[in-house]
Formats: sequence, C-alpha cells, structure tokens
Amino acid sequence: MSIFPALSVQSLSVAFAGQDVLKDVSFDLAAGSFCGLIGANGSGKTTLLRSILGFQGKQSGTILLEGVPVAPNRRRIGYVPQKLALDPDMPLRARDFVALGLDGHRLGLPLPSHAKSRAVDEMLAAVEAQDFADQRVGRLSGGQQQRVMIAHALIRRPHLLLLDEPLANLDMRSIAEVVELLRRLAREQKITVLLSAHDMNPLLPAMDRIVYLANGKAASGATADVVRTAVLSKLYGYHIDVIRVHGRVLVVAGEMPPGLAHDPVHVTAIP
Amino acid sequence: MSILFASGFFADESVRTALVVGGSAAIVSALIGVFTVLRGHAFAGHALADVSSAGGSASFLLGVNPLLGFLGMAVLAAGAMEFLGNRRVRERDLVTGIVLGAGLGLSALFLYFDVTLRNTTGAAVAVMFGSMFAIPASAVPLTLAVALGGLAILGLIYRPLLLSCVDPELAEMRGINVRLIGLLHLLVLSLAVALSAMTVGAILSTALLVGPPAAALKLSARPGRAMCLAAAIGLASTALGILLAYDSFYWTPGHGWPVSFFIVTLVCLAYLLMPRGADRSRRAV
Repeated sequence: MSIFPALSVQSLSVAFAGQDVLKDVSFDLAAGSFCGLIGANGSGKTTLLRSILGFQGKQSGTILLEGVPVAPNRRRIGYVPQKLALDPDMPLRARDFVALGLDGHRLGLPLPSHAKSRAVDEMLAAVEAQDFADQRVGRLSGGQQQRVMIAHALIRRPHLLLLDEPLANLDMRSIAEVVELLRRLAREQKITVLLSAHDMNPLLPAMDRIVYLANGKAASGATADVVRTAVLSKLYGYHIDVIRVHGRVLVVAGEMPPGLAHDPVHVTAIP
Repeated sequence: MSILFASGFFADESVRTALVVGGSAAIVSALIGVFTVLRGHAFAGHALADVSSAGGSASFLLGVNPLLGFLGMAVLAAGAMEFLGNRRVRERDLVTGIVLGAGLGLSALFLYFDVTLRNTTGAAVAVMFGSMFAIPASAVPLTLAVALGGLAILGLIYRPLLLSCVDPELAEMRGINVRLIGLLHLLVLSLAVALSAMTVGAILSTALLVGPPAAALKLSARPGRAMCLAAAIGLASTALGILLAYDSFYWTPGHGWPVSFFIVTLVCLAYLLMPRGADRSRRAV
C-alpha cells in the first residue's frame, strides 16, 4: 500500500465564464475509503469529478493520484458516468459492454480470447450480473445498467473508482443494492470509492468519509465530523440545522439572510 | 436452373461487373450503416448521398469515372457538415439540410448541362436511380480499392467507434480521440454512399445504408453478428435484385425493369420480415 493518499486534491479552483464553480477545494482520501461527494444540484459535484479525470480545461490547484499527477495514470481511475443514453436496439450485450472496458480503446478487430472472456465472466459475477449478461444493455433496468457500468469501470482493476450520481433515477430497492454492492467491491477489490449524490442518506451505512460541497467550497472529513450544525453553517454562510431522526440526517436551512430568500438554489436545493 | 438464371447470366460481362460493384457497395454500406443507424446519423447519410449526386452529374460533363465524382462530392459534403458544426442534434439537422439543399442545387445545374451540352439524356436517371448494367468493367479496380479502403478503416476503428457510440465521455476517458473517430466514421460513410450511388443511385443509396442494418438490429444482440448479418442481407438483396432485373428482360420482352427497384424492394422486405430477437420478451422491469 502506498504511503501517499489514494487521492489528494489541493486548492482546486474552477471558474466558468467568470463565475467560480469551485473555490479553493482541498481534501485527501486515504486508500480504501468510501467517500460520498454530497451537494445540491449545481454545487459543482460533476465539475469536481471531471477535474479529477482531467476533463476540466481551466483550473488551478493540484490533483495527485497516489502522489503523482493524474494525466499519465488515468488508467488507475475507473469512471461511471451519470447515465447512458442507449438505444434499446443497440446490439451490445452487457457482456460486450464489460469487454469494452478491457480493450475498447484498442485499434483493430477484437480476437476471441479465453483470458478475456474469463475476466469478463469474473467481473460479471462480482457485480452479480450473470443473469442478464446476454441481454442488450439498452434494455436493462436502471439498477442492472448501473451494475454493468460498474463492471465496465472495474475490469481494468483501477485503484480509484469515481461515480457520478449512480443512485439518481433508481428505485429504493436498487439504491440499497447498489450501495451494498459498492461497499462490498471496495472491500474485496481494495479500491477507493468516491461517488456523488444529492442525498447522503442512502450512503450513510457505507460511507466513512464525506466531501460536502456548497457555495463552491468544500468541507471534508469523517462523516460524523462534517455533518454538524456548526460545520455546515460555516460552509453555507448562514444557519443550518442538522437533524437526526430514525437514523436519517436532515439538513435544513434555518434563518436565511434576506438576500438569499428568493434564490432558488438556496431555498430548494439543500439536501 | 435455366428458369432461374436466364441464359447467359454469368457469362455476361455487365452482369459480372454489376455483381462486383453492387456487392462491394452493399457490404461497405451495411457495415458502416450499423454505426450510422446507432448514432442517429441516417439523415446525414442520406444527405451525403444526395449531395454526391452533384459529383456524379459533374462527372458526365467532365467525362471521368462517376465513382470519382460521387466520392469527391460526398467527402466534400461530409467535411462541410463537420466544419459547420454537428454537436447538437438540432444544429446538426439544420446544417445537414442546408448542405443537402446546396448540393442538390449544383446537381440540378450539372444535370441541366449534361442534357443541353453533352446530350446525355439518361444522365439524370443514372445518377439519381442508378444504372448498374451500364457500369463499365474499367470501373471495377477503383471500386474494389475504395471498398477495401473503407473496410480497412472500419476494422481499425471498430472498438473505439463502438465505445464512442455507447458514450462519448467514456471513450474520451479511455484516451480515445472521439472527434477523430467521428471524422473517420464520416469518411467511411462517404465512401459507402459513393459506392452505393454507383449502384442504386444517389437517391436510393440510403436504402442500402439504413435498411440492412435496421433489419439486422432487430434480430441480433451482438455487435459483430449484427454487422455480419447486415452485410449478408445487403449482399443477398443486391445479388438477387441483379438476377431479377436480368430475368425481367424476358418477362416484358425488350424492356428490362430497373435493378434499383428490385434491390430496394428486397431490402424493404428483409426489414419487414425480419423477426425480433428473443431477448425482448425477457426484458427486465
């Protein structure tokens, strides 16, 4: 195990059209941690993930993966995008899509190989997708597609797995199943997981670290240390109540400054 | 046998040329067509073919191989569409429509000159709807070279193109130059429509590009198999169409029916009769 953090983000700032999306965001993730990237829609979660992947053009700050820059080591990152917009007629079985995770970047025609099909079978088993491995990806349910996308991202054995809102558009049962699957994979395959979500509650059983985004700034640390009235109030810039009921956490805007009262981002989007 | 294959079918040089040129066009169109259909680029493919008719009609004026004309104009149109922007679907459709209009305008001009200056009255029908039995044997080497070139590029970019079709961001993440792959896809598409324009004509070439892949996608859930099936459907329709057109000469003595009619009808039938693949019934909820 490396002595460096699995992921280290230092003083990251990103601006679009003169507007700050991320301001001086810093956090470290120890290897093997399961971290939720929590924030309202528009709080910069996708921007942060894209920055880590090196897709965000203009940015300042440093992002290190196990102590070295990301660019030459991008294959150590697995990435699961928000949602595939796949044609149901796309002639691509779940199995074919997972295989593309292994060699989709290569030129030339794919040659059949036992080692390859064994690797694909193993990965399909790891995400419990054997039952629908031979169906077209575009015809799978949201939860099944999510499993196949995770297998696609993990088959090259990355050290860090990034997922962009993997729980959005899933029903309650699939949400619980995907979280449990990710927790198990993180433990078994010894990978660091960073996933974004606008609601932290489904992640509470699995998540040991949190990066909470608001106003372009981030608070990070152990979940219990960050999700507190004092910390979140400081982050939002006005009073926030953190209420715990029946094992759920509610983050509620308290007294809002007058200038923000009509700002829909602040009124509606606090998770 | 002699009822099915009217006497002299295989001995006839124009038939052999038609089979080679038509077969090449059908295979390349069907293979690239699978990706064109998946990316929702069918309209762009049709536009490229229509615009290529300007090149085909100009070739009659200049007296060069029509394939060169079709090809040059299709590649130019593809370049124009890429240059003018094709990122958003609506924008892409608008740009495609504009390029299509300009190209067909040139076509009208060149066809007019073909008729008035060169006295080639058959040019309009040949360019728009094809005239396979009139393709000279000398066109075969160039046709084969274009077809093999298209297949080579497609074989090279097969996996990155497939991944780009699934999700461009996933492809980019894997270090794939998505824009370059898109350009190469457009180039092979241009080659395919030029070849098809030679056989079934510029207007009907969409039938070979879209029909066999659409039929294959109904049945096969695997990318490689869908492509092989599409190629087989395109090839079979073309060969059978040529045979029927040859035989039709004996149905209405003295006047054969156009090959293109048979080919596009067979493609259409293949699509309608192709059964749906089995996995639809097992669709997960």
